Amino acid sequence: MDKVTRLASEKGVVLFSKSSCCLCYAVTILFQELGVTPTIHEIDQDPEGREMEKALMRLGCNAPVPAIFVGGRLVGSMNEVMSLHLSGGLVPLLKPYQTVLN
Amino acid sequence: MDFPSTQFVSSQTMATYEPIHQIGMWGENFKSISNPNISASVIVDVVNKLENESETTSHEMLASSSKHDQEASKPFDKIQRRLAQNREAARKSRLRKKAYVQQLENSRLKLIQLEQELERSRQQGLYVGGGLDTGHLGISGAVNSGIAAFELGYERWMEERNKQICELRSALNAQISDIELRILVESGMSHYFELFRMKSSVAKADVFYVMSGKWKTSAERFFSWIGGFRPSELLKVLVPQIDPLTDQQILDVCNLKQSCQQAEDALSQGMEKLRETVSATLASDQMGQGIYVPQVAMAMEKLEALVRFVNQADHLRQQTLQQMSYILTTRQAARGLLALGEYIQRLQALSTLWANHPRKPA
Repeated sequence: MDKVTRLASEKGVVLFSKSSCCLCYAVTILFQELGVTPTIHEIDQDPEGREMEKALMRLGCNAPVPAIFVGGRLVGSMNEVMSLHLSGGLVPLLKPYQTVLN
Repeated sequence: MDFPSTQFVSSQTMATYEPIHQIGMWGENFKSISNPNISASVIVDVVNKLENESETTSHEMLASSSKHDQEASKPFDKIQRRLAQNREAARKSRLRKKAYVQQLENSRLKLIQLEQELERSRQQGLYVGGGLDTGHLGISGAVNSGIAAFELGYERWMEERNKQICELRSALNAQISDIELRILVESGMSHYFELFRMKSSVAKADVFYVMSGKWKTSAERFFSWIGGFRPSELLKVLVPQIDPLTDQQILDVCNLKQSCQQAEDALSQGMEKLRETVSATLASDQMGQGIYVPQVAMAMEKLEALVRFVNQADHLRQQTLQQMSYILTTRQAARGLLALGEYIQRLQALSTLWANHPRKPA
């Protein structure tokens, strides 16, 4: 879907979320902790939200939200972000986009 | 010409047939819930409304169609009209379905609360009659069997784990080869992964059961964080047991601990947000009108997220274990697993000791 692809390939860290999703909130907290401010797109506030949900699922996400893209590439959902972080791979990935130095 | 009007009639009966058929199906589903008394009046109400509405609709349609019959009926118009009638019927059907589902939700809520009261009274020995077989308590029955299966599985899991601890202990004291030790470490790790799978399964049945940690001893529950241990806490306890570590290993473990704490922090704050959301939803109306209100069903939708949090916490535990196995040598990993197993056994011993120690009189 064009809209999702377009938004996902924006520079930096992109998070597809829903305003009611508390797990998405947890992801933003983690990113904040790492000095990164993601661009958040709340798909439940978007008129094309349903389409976007389906498109995100098609990209291989188990649940449509949270879906994290860094530098245009899909990292995954909370599972993938946590695995990456624990293996030490998340911080190097986010380094170019850190706005606050911890 | 006869058949244009008969075509009209059949399309109308088609339009009105479908909603009734659907109601029939919903009625069937509803009957499977144990208490027929609640359902009967609901179904009668809705079906009555439905029949009254559809009768007036079909009368109106028949009246207008006989006027237009006389024109040289253009097939295009006929098709358009039929499509419009179908759309109208479908729209009405959707509205009726919505109202039906809403009533269904409310009745289901009443039913669950009645079942719980019944269960409570039975436990208190107040309900003597044996008429209600727990197998037929549809909703809570399935949950109970999921929990019973888990508790049985956990008992076996514990026995196996205790056996593995003994094996590790004797293996580390004897001088067995790294290869043999590796096998013990691998089976120890997969044993923990098996527990996470079991927890994930029972969380689907009853997430509150997992959150409560009921299957664990009291001292273990004291340290509970989202249905289990906090991985960074365990790292703090166990790493000193694995000395000596190389400088690189110390650095790696330190980074792992920090990443773990950050992830835990994010999940904790997400949980807090979830609590706020559920609380706000429950009390989002002007209260004082009783408890059988949509707010409760709405809050339940929000609560579904709790399953995801429990799964994420277990995923974090699993990843921590996995990363440690990459950082440590086989021997170190074996010592770590032994220490972890023994630590939990000590917590369990603490619980037993506490339960049995004489208390000062009040």
